[in-house]
Amino acid sequence: MVQYVRTGFDASFAALSDATRRGVLEQLGRADASITDLAQKFHMTLTGMKKHVGVLEQAGLVSTEKVGRVRTCKLGLRRLEEEAAWIETHRQLWAARFDELDKIVEEMKQEEKADGRKKRK
Amino acid sequence: MDARRESEPTAMKNPTTVERKTERELVTTRTVNGPARIVFEAWTKPELFKRWWVPKSMGMSLRSCEMDVRVGGKYRLVFEPDAIAFFGTYLEVTPHSRLVWTNEEGGEGGPVTTVTFEEKGGKTLLVLHELYSSKEALDAAGTGAADATVETFAQLDELLLTLGASVGAE
Repeated sequence: MVQYVRTGFDASFAALSDATRRGVLEQLGRADASITDLAQKFHMTLTGMKKHVGVLEQAGLVSTEKVGRVRTCKLGLRRLEEEAAWIETHRQLWAARFDELDKIVEEMKQEEKADGRKKRK
Repeated sequence: MDARRESEPTAMKNPTTVERKTERELVTTRTVNGPARIVFEAWTKPELFKRWWVPKSMGMSLRSCEMDVRVGGKYRLVFEPDAIAFFGTYLEVTPHSRLVWTNEEGGEGGPVTTVTFEEKGGKTLLVLHELYSSKEALDAAGTGAADATVETFAQLDELLLTLGASVGAE
């Protein structure tokens, strides 16, 4: 978890800064693929593709699963979803706070009005 | 109840927006239907502040709330039931328009919060700006906050279970 926090956005942006890796994401958006498939498609050695997938995996953009001798890659948007989730949690807290603040402000406005009427009398 | 709310446009809430402006900054905005003078008072008088800062949905309340709202003055909020304290110092206090304070509960280098109050046509636009010391600090606060919320509720559930069990046993 600690590592997960530390890598954060940096890893996502670093992962997306490379054209091949963006291509891999695009490809995985269409269908899951093995590392061998990806290596062929991008005219790359297996080792080279493994490195790229590793970077994407570190960033939480791709997840891989080894079944038998084949490692299958798929899109893993966990990190981005999590980022959106905590911003939404933050927004909900503030929305709830501000709803309560509305009530107090409304009350204070009414009191002020009432005081104003009293003074005018 | 929801249906009734929909048919009453006056009960519509103003939207709250949150945006990560830069890697170190989080900006929250909300319009409140009242003049800045009144809204500012609700942010700076402890007896008013404590009535809205901890919404019921948080499952917590404030045990105490001390606020010395002037430049260099301190504030301290203590939550119930877990006695977690939030504290810091007011760096800027401009009546009806601007408040700046530090958040020191996490040690030195905590985020600095700036709230501006912009009045327009009897309404006040609140812009809450939280500046973290680094990108990593904001990342950690975000993920940590989300985790903490889950954790807090989990703990609360546990506590309620324990209390329920002990009441049942007596």
